[in-house]
Amino acid sequence: MANEVKSRNAGKLDAKIPDGTLSEKWTNHKFQMKLVNPANKRKYEIIVVGTGLAGASAAASLAELGYNVKSFCYQDSARRAHSIAAQGGINAAKNYPNDGDSVFRLFYDTIKGGDYRSREANVYRLAELSVNIIDQCVAQGVPFAREYGGLLDNRSFGGAQVSRTFYARGQTGQQLLLGAYSALMKQVGLGQVKLYPRHELLDIVIVDGAARGIVTRDMETGAIESFSANAVILATGGYSNVYYLSTNAKGCNVTASWRAYKKGAFFGNPCFTQIHPTCIPVTGDHQSKLTLMSESLRNDGRVWVPKQAGDKRAPNEIPEDERDYYLERKYPSFGNLVPRDVASRNAKEMADAGKGVGSSGKAVYLDFADAIKRLGVEKIKEKYGNLFDMYKQITDEDPYKVPMRIYPAVHYAMGGLWVDYNLMTTVPGLFAAGECNFSDHGANRLGASALMQGLADGYFILPYTVGGYLANLKADKLTADHEAFKEAEKNVKDRITKLLSIKGNKTVDEFHRELGLVMWDYVGMSRNEKGLKHAIEKIKEIREDFWKNVKVLGENEELNQSLEKAGRVADFLELGELIAEDALHRKESCGGHFREESQTEENEAKRDDKNFSYAAAWEYKGDGVKPKLNKEELVFENVKLTQRSYK
Amino acid sequence: MERTLNLHLKVWRQKNRNAEGRFVDYEANNISTEMSFLEMLDVVNEKLIKNGEDPIAFDHDCREGICGMCSLFINGRPHGPKDAITTCQLHMRNFKDGETIVIEPWRARAFPVIKDLIVDRSAFDRIMAAGGFISANTGGAPDANAIPISKNVAEDAMDAAQCIGCGACVAVCKNSSAMLFVGAKVAHLGRLPQGKAERERRVIAMVNQMEKEGFGACTNTEACSAECPKEISMDVIAMLRREYYRAMLKTEE
Repeated sequence: MANEVKSRNAGKLDAKIPDGTLSEKWTNHKFQMKLVNPANKRKYEIIVVGTGLAGASAAASLAELGYNVKSFCYQDSARRAHSIAAQGGINAAKNYPNDGDSVFRLFYDTIKGGDYRSREANVYRLAELSVNIIDQCVAQGVPFAREYGGLLDNRSFGGAQVSRTFYARGQTGQQLLLGAYSALMKQVGLGQVKLYPRHELLDIVIVDGAARGIVTRDMETGAIESFSANAVILATGGYSNVYYLSTNAKGCNVTASWRAYKKGAFFGNPCFTQIHPTCIPVTGDHQSKLTLMSESLRNDGRVWVPKQAGDKRAPNEIPEDERDYYLERKYPSFGNLVPRDVASRNAKEMADAGKGVGSSGKAVYLDFADAIKRLGVEKIKEKYGNLFDMYKQITDEDPYKVPMRIYPAVHYAMGGLWVDYNLMTTVPGLFAAGECNFSDHGANRLGASALMQGLADGYFILPYTVGGYLANLKADKLTADHEAFKEAEKNVKDRITKLLSIKGNKTVDEFHRELGLVMWDYVGMSRNEKGLKHAIEKIKEIREDFWKNVKVLGENEELNQSLEKAGRVADFLELGELIAEDALHRKESCGGHFREESQTEENEAKRDDKNFSYAAAWEYKGDGVKPKLNKEELVFENVKLTQRSYK
Repeated sequence: MERTLNLHLKVWRQKNRNAEGRFVDYEANNISTEMSFLEMLDVVNEKLIKNGEDPIAFDHDCREGICGMCSLFINGRPHGPKDAITTCQLHMRNFKDGETIVIEPWRARAFPVIKDLIVDRSAFDRIMAAGGFISANTGGAPDANAIPISKNVAEDAMDAAQCIGCGACVAVCKNSSAMLFVGAKVAHLGRLPQGKAERERRVIAMVNQMEKEGFGACTNTEACSAECPKEISMDVIAMLRREYYRAMLKTEE
């Protein structure tokens, strides 16, 4: 394995939660943080890696304040990050529909939806800021859906009993991202942000115990370059691609977070991964990714399977009384709108019982016949037109006529770099925002909350907390000539040389698929001790085989997509083991993490608050050495922990 | 129903910006009709790697038709033979067994080829940086419902805002014009009340940058709109012209 720069011990785990009542914490904290004088802001350099919602909004907002920002992304443009694919919407506690919503209710729903494994103070702040996000986006020209009266429209989403989701057709993520991208591009035009597209982060540089820059590879020329800064923000997304098949974009990877982990940033709750219930089922071995159908479809679609196992009749031939609308039957008060983890697990249960539909038997129906009867085709088309078109494009079936076939797929990583209340990792000066941190969603994320978190972090939190960090720094003249950069560059180059020199007989994708299958089978929707131990052994074997047998053609000094993938898969091969370790140690079930050993008589996830009411923060101790588990005890002062029930 | 196809590919290969490119023939056998076009290329690439040959480089990311990263001129049409989709959403069931498929990169002076099927579209980003925004710095925005916007206006703005910046419009245009791309942004922002304050500056800055980048002029062939994966309407080009003339009359810049 390639050399790593020695990690520094980052010290104690202090979440730095401000004093005061829940509703006062953020306000007090904003006041107590030191400010950077406007004239001094231009003396600071900030690196932002990633141009999704969190990265673009952070880079734009920091540049607006006067900081010098460098923004990096692996795509060819800052407009393409995978936030763009979010369909359904963004939550905000605006209470425009007057249906009983409030900041506290959004906070409460998010904590409960996360199965009480997130930090109260962070989640409350998120709910509080949600209302500002909508205002900001409308001001930028995000064309949210509106009522005829000209006011904003809302819809409801899983895990909530109020309508608080704002949306722009089925392309909410796209419109929000283009809003943040245009704010970013304005700063690029003004020279306040320098943009580095087609650049991939390959290491983070630590000088005197603080993050001071990054090493990147220019993906067109292969040039390895160093960039210094006073603070580094990672907004590099989630790691669902460790499963090979996921709803993430093909390029999504864990490399930036993993480099940070190896430099001393703790990794929080890696086993908290989310399986989304409504994806288009797999068709064959060639499958390269899975496509999600927005959860908003569950507002009008009814989920069912045949009552009889092995019933191979076409859906329209199965009479009403021979169908099992199992979500409505088991959860009468939430019905088809139960949270994602519950919906996913139930679909798997049906498939495992032989009631799955379609040629693979790994699917359930999502039926719009009733909604079309009730609302008419036109109304359904208006609400979900593009989703229906997309489904037809992929499956060659018309969902206006036959029910959709859906099945769960890996979708989102609640886990990520551990951060304190300031969104700073355990490495001073290294911040993490959006999906790549572990902060707000606990063990399960509610629909329409990822967009909210990304933008809250980028627009409204980092501009304050990064300033608070910089205000305490002494200015220095550190440049990328410092030896720490040279050392990091050398490590990066050595690793690339190693990958290119193996010249084995298996392609990178073959290894990635192999890893993905192990992860899905043993570290997927339901997990047990034996399976997890098996997975850990298997992953080690695959990893060893990878470093002996991977075949990466070409050279570094060119656009080399195999080399890019190889570096990412090498990191996934290490992350996979950590996910399994984390899942093994957490013997309770909670949210997206379902341990078969810990379930209620009704096969629902059973938490163990006595022993596991903490965030697990894993500390890297060297290759081949077991990482150290640090615990952040979660204190609940404002909500009562209950067994989640959606019945 | 799933079938398999045997296909002949003619693929543009070019080592880098400065190298000369050429078409290379490949056979793609046992291709499932359930595969997407990019999955078919994945299969071809896996075989090339196994044989020690340089795989075909192509841009792609989300593979669900929204990021705008994938491109490809397939049998003379951007994003292939079906309307209103991107290449990643194109499925092999749209091809016949034994068919020859010609695959090229976008071709336009403003989009130089970087490698094989990958082009440099940073010209679009520079146009956006010149004026494709509403200046609303973070913080201090009024309540989102403070300005009612009629449903029709919001929907019209949304129609234009759907552009994914893929560049198919430029690639298909005989003049390599970027008027549909620029028009879509000008229409999206100009149709909303929030965007009116800087409409003159915006349209002049974007058009100036567009010309600087070497995109051609529009001669109303309408191929751009016909091939746009998001079906952006020609209306946005009409609006771009109107906005531009209006701005020229109103300002002295």
